[in-house]
Amino acid sequence: MSTNIARDTALVFTRELKPVVRDPFSVLFGLIQPLFFLALFAPLLAGVSGLGTSSSLQWFVPGVVVMLCLFGTSTTGANLQFEMQTGSHERLLVSPLSRSSLMVGRALKEIVPTAVQAVVIVLATTPFGFRADVPGAVLGLVILAVFCVGLGALSYSLALACKNNEWMFWVVQQTLLFPLLLLAGMLLPVENGPGWLQALSKVNPLTYVVDAERALFNGDFSTDVVLAGAVAALVMAALGLLVGTRAMRSSD
Amino acid sequence: MAPSVVYMEETMIQTQGLTKHFRANSTTVEAVRGIDLSVARGEMVALLGPNGAGKSTTLRMLTTLIAPTAGSARVGGHDVTHEQAKVRRRIGYIGQGNGAGHNQRGRDELMMQGRVHGMSKAAARARAAELVESLDLTEVADRKVMSLSGGQRRRLDIAMGLIHAPDLLFLDEPSTGLDPQNRANLQEHIVSLRRSHDTTVVLTTHYLDEADALAERVVIVDHGRIVADDTPSRLKANLAGDRITVTFSDPSDAGRAAARTRVLEPSAVVEQTGPALDVRVQGGDRILPRLLREYDGDRTPVLSAEIARPTLDDVFLNLTGRSLREGRASATPSYPEAQEVSA
Repeated sequence: MSTNIARDTALVFTRELKPVVRDPFSVLFGLIQPLFFLALFAPLLAGVSGLGTSSSLQWFVPGVVVMLCLFGTSTTGANLQFEMQTGSHERLLVSPLSRSSLMVGRALKEIVPTAVQAVVIVLATTPFGFRADVPGAVLGLVILAVFCVGLGALSYSLALACKNNEWMFWVVQQTLLFPLLLLAGMLLPVENGPGWLQALSKVNPLTYVVDAERALFNGDFSTDVVLAGAVAALVMAALGLLVGTRAMRSSD
Repeated sequence: MAPSVVYMEETMIQTQGLTKHFRANSTTVEAVRGIDLSVARGEMVALLGPNGAGKSTTLRMLTTLIAPTAGSARVGGHDVTHEQAKVRRRIGYIGQGNGAGHNQRGRDELMMQGRVHGMSKAAARARAAELVESLDLTEVADRKVMSLSGGQRRRLDIAMGLIHAPDLLFLDEPSTGLDPQNRANLQEHIVSLRRSHDTTVVLTTHYLDEADALAERVVIVDHGRIVADDTPSRLKANLAGDRITVTFSDPSDAGRAAARTRVLEPSAVVEQTGPALDVRVQGGDRILPRLLREYDGDRTPVLSAEIARPTLDDVFLNLTGRSLREGRASATPSYPEAQEVSA
């Protein structure tokens, strides 16, 4: 039974990856927005903070890597929603694939574009003075991968929940995206904000992931920060997969 | 007890009081109201009925997509509610939508479907190539599905339903959107699949000619119930009868002929429209020559005579008082947006 689930998950994972492999440039489209942030926002940040460009990049790039994951992965449910409309989701539901593999295989696929985009961003910013600590960045990407599996599963769950009104998917996704992003201190540090904002930031799991990424990309392996990020990512993944497989089981 | 074991093996579908209610805008829609159906191995059955009759809902219950509100169904020997995984392994399903993802390439999806059903990569590739060839998809199989025409996508759906050569194949309105040539092509595929694998086929359709040409057994569904279930020829013979139309030179001749006909054939339904007489009767081919002789003897000269064999539409008309063709014009949706009523 467990080998069946592994095989099913691998089949779903491979299927989801096929369009990306067939058309690799589609991954790069997701980079346009973050590259603008880097090109137009990082210099402003450098000016405001009084730090040099390379120092502000050391702070900003890890946040952009998480932002990339957030943008790409939170919208991924739209793909499932499209498949629900055309009939290919129905075809898979009638197939012998286990319901959980339909969710887990999809969610695991999110790791690939996230990882590719992260590597491209790091390479693109290196000429401007960004220096990533390699072992730290690798561990950082592992944590991010775990996080994006959970986020992807939640996005797919949202798509399943919004079966009969597609626009609701975008309402919820857009409503949640920016608060999560800003409260995690991705674009500007939260430490200078008012107390209530800092309190909200503390309950945002994304905050711990961003903090861990920032530490790890800069070669800082402080146990508490890294551990907090890893735990936040694991909780997210567990929650996402739990909600996601339940949503998939009741899908028709 | 041996015979009952054999019976169980040979029964591919067995439903008892299969029922489905949907809740839409706080009203309950009884889409399927107690269907009892038994299909033996190798049968080819068409569920025929107007849109909204409950055909697709029945099919969706049999394929484990939706749970019955009441009643039970066994498909391939397994319960559709409690043994869904086992049912899914036995069946092929071609739904109303497109099975292949629009961002995918046709051949990738075809092979994946084979792999999902346990085929090896090599076997899936070989079988996909075979189906691509025979369904005339060679040119487009390696293109993105979204760039295919409606007919090409439908043929790809059919290939996906057939790739694992299932024991039991369900098709929901398979030929919608196909041109006559591809429709014939699809029918050929289904027929040859049955011949080579003894596949049991259940399809829904509102095309009368398709049910007539393809199915050995037509189950007519209306308002969520089975109203007739037999071979097309027996349905037509028993439930519709032939239509004889005789034209006379004036209405008074026709009137006399009508009276004469009612005496000769008490079971016939006789209707006069001006100088024309409409006679609905079974075995019309044998009765017509006798009628003509009698009219001649009565000195009511006949200008023309015509006989039409009944269609399944006549059967439906006779059973429900409505025409299937009318039902098609006023298409009602089959509640895709309705909420399920918990059992």
